[in-house]
Amino acid sequence: MSAIIANVDGPTHTAGMAASTNRKFGRHRSVIPGFGITLGLTLTWLSLIVLIPLSGLFIKSATLSLGEFWSIVTSRRALSALRLSFGLSLIAATVNLVFGAIVAWVLVRYEFPGRRIFDSIVDIPFALPTAVAGIALTTLFAENGWLGAPLTQVGIKVSYTPLGILMALIFIGLPFVVRTVQPVLLDLDAEVEEVAATLGASRWQTLTRVILPSVLPGLLTGLALAFARAVGEYGSVIFIAGNLPNVSEIAPLLIVIRLEEFKYADATAIAVVMLVVSFVLLLAINRLQRWSEQRK
Amino acid sequence: MSVVLGTLRPSSASKRARHLRDSRREPLLVGWILTAIAVTFLVVFLVLPLATVFHQALGRGFAAYIKALMELDALAAIRLTLVVSVIAVASNLAFGVIAAWAITKFEFPGKSALITLIDLPFSVSPVISGLVFVLLFGAQGFFGAWLQAHDIQILFALPGLVLATTLVTFPFVARELIPLMQEQGTQDEEVAISLGASGLQTFFRVTLPNVKWALLYGVLLCNARAMGEFGAVSVVSGHVRGETNTMPLYVEILYNEYKFMAAFAVASLLALLALVTLVAKIVLEQRATSE
Repeated sequence: MSAIIANVDGPTHTAGMAASTNRKFGRHRSVIPGFGITLGLTLTWLSLIVLIPLSGLFIKSATLSLGEFWSIVTSRRALSALRLSFGLSLIAATVNLVFGAIVAWVLVRYEFPGRRIFDSIVDIPFALPTAVAGIALTTLFAENGWLGAPLTQVGIKVSYTPLGILMALIFIGLPFVVRTVQPVLLDLDAEVEEVAATLGASRWQTLTRVILPSVLPGLLTGLALAFARAVGEYGSVIFIAGNLPNVSEIAPLLIVIRLEEFKYADATAIAVVMLVVSFVLLLAINRLQRWSEQRK
Repeated sequence: MSVVLGTLRPSSASKRARHLRDSRREPLLVGWILTAIAVTFLVVFLVLPLATVFHQALGRGFAAYIKALMELDALAAIRLTLVVSVIAVASNLAFGVIAAWAITKFEFPGKSALITLIDLPFSVSPVISGLVFVLLFGAQGFFGAWLQAHDIQILFALPGLVLATTLVTFPFVARELIPLMQEQGTQDEEVAISLGASGLQTFFRVTLPNVKWALLYGVLLCNARAMGEFGAVSVVSGHVRGETNTMPLYVEILYNEYKFMAAFAVASLLALLALVTLVAKIVLEQRATSE
């Protein structure tokens, strides 16, 4: 995630040269010291903070029989929570895909007052604590809020409904698509578009047949990142959700509720389902990123 | 290009340049509509929520705002947040630098798998990041009985808060450093070593100056996330008022007690932190590109 931010318009040094010398000398024994100790410390620290705690989750879930696990995960409440989390996350990520693409396009291609400020505030959801976002969105969309009041008048209720959850998930996923697509658009060769136009392509044809294929990996990476983030989101959602079981209760909240009831097995089983999906997503994102790097 | 051609045949050349420029543009109306959509989207989802925070916080005047921040519980929450994030950021800074050195200065099998594992906490729900420590150190957890026998408190105390925050913010520094140090290669370090510098000298005098802005940005981002972490910390905190409530948890408590103004007052400090982080990002990027 932050790697993407760094790529936007971060420093680009003599990468090509460095990479080629790397390849030339990489095979020889390095003269640089510290390999053993730095790799050792890295693996130890990684294991202590990340790997051992996360594997505890799987060990705990292994104490459940398959039948118990299945009945917890497929109970009505768990199933509706998982469906709500994954379903709304997919919708939110898709909304971000469409609007993120438009935002990235406009920020790269158009000049308008405040463009630079808009460009830098895109990262707000990365930096703003989720609880702050949560109470702000709830107030904004509440019946007497700046946006909630006019929406209530036309009969749309946002706060304390699944629609509110969707707003929170759109908020926290907003930067991903913009920040994955923006650098690709900046790198796009102007001549390619000019050639397409010279050869008689309409603007629409140039957009869909020339530009879209080159931004597609970035778009999909952004979609996957936004989806992964939304699925696990907790802080910004719980204030606006209303948290009615089977209606507006997201899976991470159900984990917390089960924990508070000391039903550790239930919490663990739901967490394992979410974690496995996260792993799959992470692998997919890695694939996508490698794909987009190859296409550069 | 138009300048070069312009000296030869002014009129047709500028017409050609305009044609080429137009070939990269949508019709004017479409451009306006797209810009309006983008700006509206950003205003609704970013500007208005942020404005709401400050509007609510200052809604009853500046004196009331300051008074809400001077509550004992608020001060305790601010102090705890600072302590937790200093420890978490320091340990992730050390880890990030060490991991980036191992990954970018040497070739070894399984490197990309290692990078993926470092990224892992990004895609784990914060709630799960808290849950894993409950399973380890809770009363029914793997080490629960042993900890109780030795009277060591991890959960519902500072160590639990630090562990959960460290896990959530684990990748930040490493992820800023790794791509940049990979681009820079190993040549500078190899020269320094062959000229007789020690490993630490090489790091502090050669590597560090090359990556200092990225490192600083990684630390800032890590800090913003550490101070604002909610889900993971909420699970391990136990919500003991004045003792284990960090700022985001205190915001939640105030909000649930309908003390909206006070909740937004504390929230506004966190929002300010986010804004400072973004401004710092812009400044650091300009520094990095100008160098």
